[in-house]
Amino acid sequence: MTGAAYAEIAVFFGTLTVLAVPLGGWIGRAMRGEAPLVGRLLGPVERAVYRLAGVDPAEEMSWRRYAAAVLAFNGAGLLLLYALQRLQPALPLDPGRLAAVPRDVAVNTAVSFVTNTNWQSYGGEATLSPLVQMAGLAVQNFLSAATGIAVLAALTRGLVRRSTQGLGSFWVDLTRSTLHVLLPLSLGLALLLAGQGVVQSFGGVGRWPLRDPVPDASGRPVVEQAIPMGPVASQVAIKQLGTNGGGYYAANSTHPFENPTPLTNLAEALAILLVPAALCFTFGGWVGDRRHAWTLYSAMLVILVPLTMATVAAEQAGNPAITAVGVDEQPGPLQAGGNMEGKEARLGPVDAGIWAAATTAASNGSVDAQHDSLTPLGGLWPMWLMQLGEVVFGGVGSGLYGMLLFVVVAVFVSGLMVGRTPEYLGKKIEAREIKLASVAILLPSAVVLGGTALACLVPSAAAAAANPGAHGFSELLYAFSSAANNNGSAFGGLTADGPFWTRATDVAMLVGRYGVLVPVLAMAGALAQKRTVPPSAGTLPTHGPLFAGLLVGTVLLVGALTFLPALALGPIVEHLQLHSW
Amino acid sequence: MIRAVSVLLAAFTLLLGGVYPAVVTGLSRVLFPAQATGSVVSAGARPAGSALVGQPFTSPRYFWSRPSATTRVPYDGLASAGSNLGPTSPALVAAVRRRVEALRTADPGNVAPVPVDLVTASGSGLDPHVSPAAALYQVRRIARARGLPPDRVRALVEAHVERPLLGLFGAPRVNVLALNLALDGLGQ
Repeated sequence: MTGAAYAEIAVFFGTLTVLAVPLGGWIGRAMRGEAPLVGRLLGPVERAVYRLAGVDPAEEMSWRRYAAAVLAFNGAGLLLLYALQRLQPALPLDPGRLAAVPRDVAVNTAVSFVTNTNWQSYGGEATLSPLVQMAGLAVQNFLSAATGIAVLAALTRGLVRRSTQGLGSFWVDLTRSTLHVLLPLSLGLALLLAGQGVVQSFGGVGRWPLRDPVPDASGRPVVEQAIPMGPVASQVAIKQLGTNGGGYYAANSTHPFENPTPLTNLAEALAILLVPAALCFTFGGWVGDRRHAWTLYSAMLVILVPLTMATVAAEQAGNPAITAVGVDEQPGPLQAGGNMEGKEARLGPVDAGIWAAATTAASNGSVDAQHDSLTPLGGLWPMWLMQLGEVVFGGVGSGLYGMLLFVVVAVFVSGLMVGRTPEYLGKKIEAREIKLASVAILLPSAVVLGGTALACLVPSAAAAAANPGAHGFSELLYAFSSAANNNGSAFGGLTADGPFWTRATDVAMLVGRYGVLVPVLAMAGALAQKRTVPPSAGTLPTHGPLFAGLLVGTVLLVGALTFLPALALGPIVEHLQLHSW
Repeated sequence: MIRAVSVLLAAFTLLLGGVYPAVVTGLSRVLFPAQATGSVVSAGARPAGSALVGQPFTSPRYFWSRPSATTRVPYDGLASAGSNLGPTSPALVAAVRRRVEALRTADPGNVAPVPVDLVTASGSGLDPHVSPAAALYQVRRIARARGLPPDRVRALVEAHVERPLLGLFGAPRVNVLALNLALDGLGQ
């Protein structure tokens, strides 16, 4: 790795921290409807929505009612998004005259966007019209992220409140996360992107003659280049900020109209981690102790920064199989060098490596380089970051509530070591909480390993892999790791629109989302009913380096024990093959 | 519950799916009219392409762009795509070997190692740039094809080099379309 690469990684995470701390405080105020300016501007809209919807903003929901509201709202969103795709030909704003989306793909896409996964079995600009992208996909980009923040808020109330059933109102949490948090952030980012050249228009197709016409497959000269335009900047902004990741174009943020410059790349990469990082500090404010925020935030960085460096190093080192053919992969002042297959010349392997780690640590899944073409180790670390359960920053809201499940396990394990009843923030952690945390941690992992095994056994599923050998296995493993942890990125060579893959990923995405979300709400309900125990001399402090170390150890141990055997069959074998080339 | 779900979903669809993109579009049209509509550049009176989107160049008289993995034709704007070939894929190694041979055939006697970006497919299939090394590699061929002094072509490349942001973010690069338009401006 070059010195400039170290410097870039340091500046990147430094900038993230500088932005995340104040934003965390701001989100805390926004969730009470008190963010400066935004609260005053959007407060009336918020109250009008409540009136129309017959919502009492002071309602206190039990965990069961909160969960029912989440499921009903997400279920309705799923139906609407499915309907929009199936009715596409009958809807306006479709300059490409695209057909209705096939049923399996439409279900898959609806599940994918409602669960904040944004796994894409469809072909971006070639499948969906500007209207469906804008009124269907982008809306769920907001709402799925807002759902995550809402559930995090409910869990936090469970930790903070005493002897109560009430976890707050899902409608209020949803509305405030959408209107006061995600909307203003997206508006700002969208304008920054549009200023740099990310297109923003209502449909139409850009056309211009080619300077040097080329023959197509049948030998006829192609004299024109045509590119669908659309509301790209507005959609890219929320896909980055909401840990969604589904691009307007099939090539996602490698596409020059989604990510035209190094500045947009930096802004989009920061946006991937920004809200999940800020929510650590929001949480610190909610529980009234910022030391907990720093403990969680640094535990996440302690995992992510070394894995980012490892990914960048692997990509910058290049591909020995290509060096052998007489190709210069050496980084220098005249070229970025490294493994450039699937990467853009304006970005290069360092930006791509940082992005690959960020997008899989957070459950974003957008890409600025094609992950299928990453080097074996450059692909291993992102895959493992997903398999850790999307808790190293993870999804908006869902990352932190997932990490709090690991906190519960970590205090339990350390409680066993010192022989005391485990506590977190004054709440006794008992059998029910441990059971719920274990279920929520193990379910997605079981789907990843079980699903991959099944895919290896079903001939049509395994045949969907584009690359031969160990890399083909990696494509299958990556797909389930991505779907069951609601990431959405892919080793894109996999043909994912067939019946096996659409249905299998449907199940994986739903289990990965609601198999965690519902136990989390149940735990919030159980915690809210407990009394708070005052800390004593024997209480294990759940802040500071010791506890951060225990937490990191728990996350890494569970992730390594569960996935090392599977990873050995894919990227690790491929790495050994490549270096005996 | 049914009323809350349906009203909230309808209101958010209207607001986030209609008003929000409309506001961004309106503001972009006022603030950044050229950028928001594709950053189109013209040569003379005619549009010559987008400054942000690459085009295929195959004539020896032009700087070649990076290989494109779009399926119908190279640099197909209607379906962006990378190759998705893995690092150990025999198809990848064969494609790179073929591209190296094509470059060597077009420029006999050039035995310098080939810059990696010139023989690998980009992520989008629409990459507008090559590295300065990849542009300099092609100077000899273009100078010969156009009967220009190589130093003049090299100076043109050097004038088009874009540096990383703050020396860190992004890679050194040259916009191929801009370079080729300038090349045509030199004459011959």
